[in-house]
Amino acid sequence: MSTQTQTPTTPTKEEFWRWHEYHHIMPNIKPTNKDIITAGVDVGSVGSKAAVMVNGQAYSWGITRTGSNSPESAKKALNFALKDTNLKLTDLNYVVGTGYGRVNVPMANKAITEIACHAKGANYIWGPSVRTVLDVGGQDIKAIKIDATGRVVSFLMNDKCAAGTGRGMEVFADLLQIPIEDIGPMSLKIEQEPEPVSCTCVAFAKTEAIGLLRKGWSKEKVLAAYTRAMAVRMANLINRVGLEPDLVVTGGQSKNVGIVSRIETILGLKCLPTPNWREGALDPMAAGAFGAALLAKALYEKEQKT
Amino acid sequence: MITIGMDLGTQRVKVVVLKDGTVVGRAQVFAGFDPAKAAEQAVTDALNTANLSLKDINHITATGSAMDIAPHANSTISMMGADAKAGVFLIPKARTIIDVGAEEARAVKCDDRGLMTEFVVNERCAAGAGAFIEAMARALEVKLEDMGPLALQAERASPINASCVIFGESDVVSLIHRQESKPEIARAVFDAMADRISAMIHRLGINPEVVLSGGVAKDPGFVASLNRKLDLTVTIPEHPEYIGALGAALIAATRAKGTPK
Repeated sequence: MSTQTQTPTTPTKEEFWRWHEYHHIMPNIKPTNKDIITAGVDVGSVGSKAAVMVNGQAYSWGITRTGSNSPESAKKALNFALKDTNLKLTDLNYVVGTGYGRVNVPMANKAITEIACHAKGANYIWGPSVRTVLDVGGQDIKAIKIDATGRVVSFLMNDKCAAGTGRGMEVFADLLQIPIEDIGPMSLKIEQEPEPVSCTCVAFAKTEAIGLLRKGWSKEKVLAAYTRAMAVRMANLINRVGLEPDLVVTGGQSKNVGIVSRIETILGLKCLPTPNWREGALDPMAAGAFGAALLAKALYEKEQKT
Repeated sequence: MITIGMDLGTQRVKVVVLKDGTVVGRAQVFAGFDPAKAAEQAVTDALNTANLSLKDINHITATGSAMDIAPHANSTISMMGADAKAGVFLIPKARTIIDVGAEEARAVKCDDRGLMTEFVVNERCAAGAGAFIEAMARALEVKLEDMGPLALQAERASPINASCVIFGESDVVSLIHRQESKPEIARAVFDAMADRISAMIHRLGINPEVVLSGGVAKDPGFVASLNRKLDLTVTIPEHPEYIGALGAALIAATRAKGTPK
């Protein structure tokens, strides 16, 4: 049974960039005051994610858009995760803040980098077989090598360019006037995969994509050529950090089937599948928040011992 | 000897008519989605200013990103080759030519005859070219030509992400929300551009004298930031946006004579 609820911010026709904001409560967990309740708050550049855990088990989470103010976005995400639960902010034993805005999470007991949190979160979502995590966030792309306990071994990051990031995809959705969540499936509706575009710059795409459409390319073909080029960049980053199976994709782009399937084709291996978050499964977009909540539990227990 | 050089840039087509080493006509037209048609128009306009017609022309050389579709062209020359040729023609001591256009930036080293010896290019990325300033001007709701004068009013620069136009736009919007001053944001835009261009030049190594050309050379805000960053004073020729077209016209003159390049 899913208790997922939609927010009033359902996509409208004019807001192609707008993605699904929601919160979810796991129906089988009933927290009591004997339990250790922790939370992770991941304030990203585009999305803010909060997860609440009961004894290290995911209990509820909320995913919402980051506003212009990081502390407000952190509060909004955490309140969203707590919505319709019996828990209040004061019930939380320990809170870890992470993400781009981690130093601005007012209720956090500690801030931890999103790299460590995504590593831990990927280990939690998919299990100990995960060795390589591709985290595609709102404004950067990271390839992270992890061990069986979810600890970071090494990582590489591209934070210089919007191509392939969530922010870049939002601009693309507006440009082609396609709802952002349709981009992935549409990019696969082609008879033959076109050559990737030679230039992935999102700013130039504003003119180049229009040029391709004028040449008679379908929107699907334009999307395929761009998505392919972005997947090539991501695959290169993974190869540079050193690909070791199992591979998983976290962050907002884990929901883009056009990206994930092309990475699989280029690398010649299957990623562990993205859980069905629409049916209430653990959402890889919130991997950083799950990881942060788990690290919060460990920190809380350590604190209790001393 | 009358030749034409045409530079089919990503944003504008520039044409120069050269008669015995003197520019007698010039024109520029927005490239739009049909650069060949724009080039046709620019050639007509430039010939009109020179009171000449196509049949008077000995040789036409094209350069620029769309040089392959240039109408009437007898030959083509690389953009770096054209920059070097025109740079030394205009400023005989020039040994490094920086050309910052709408969608591309180049730094070219050359010898005393205006022959290119080495170059670096920034392409396929809008940050580090004129497109960056344009996008930031839109985000700031300031006219492009007002950006430079605005930046010159600032004593300091606001922090912005300069590595990407898309991220830079978001940064500018949040700086406006925080009510940072527009001059300081404008200066940050030019400082960021200057950082990118200077990093590019340092990969090549600077050979004085440094000439700055391309459409962006006309922006006093960028020039001030670049001079500060390089800690020298770059020389800017008159009509810096025509450097590619002039270089092509000079090359056309050597080819028409049949002398080796």
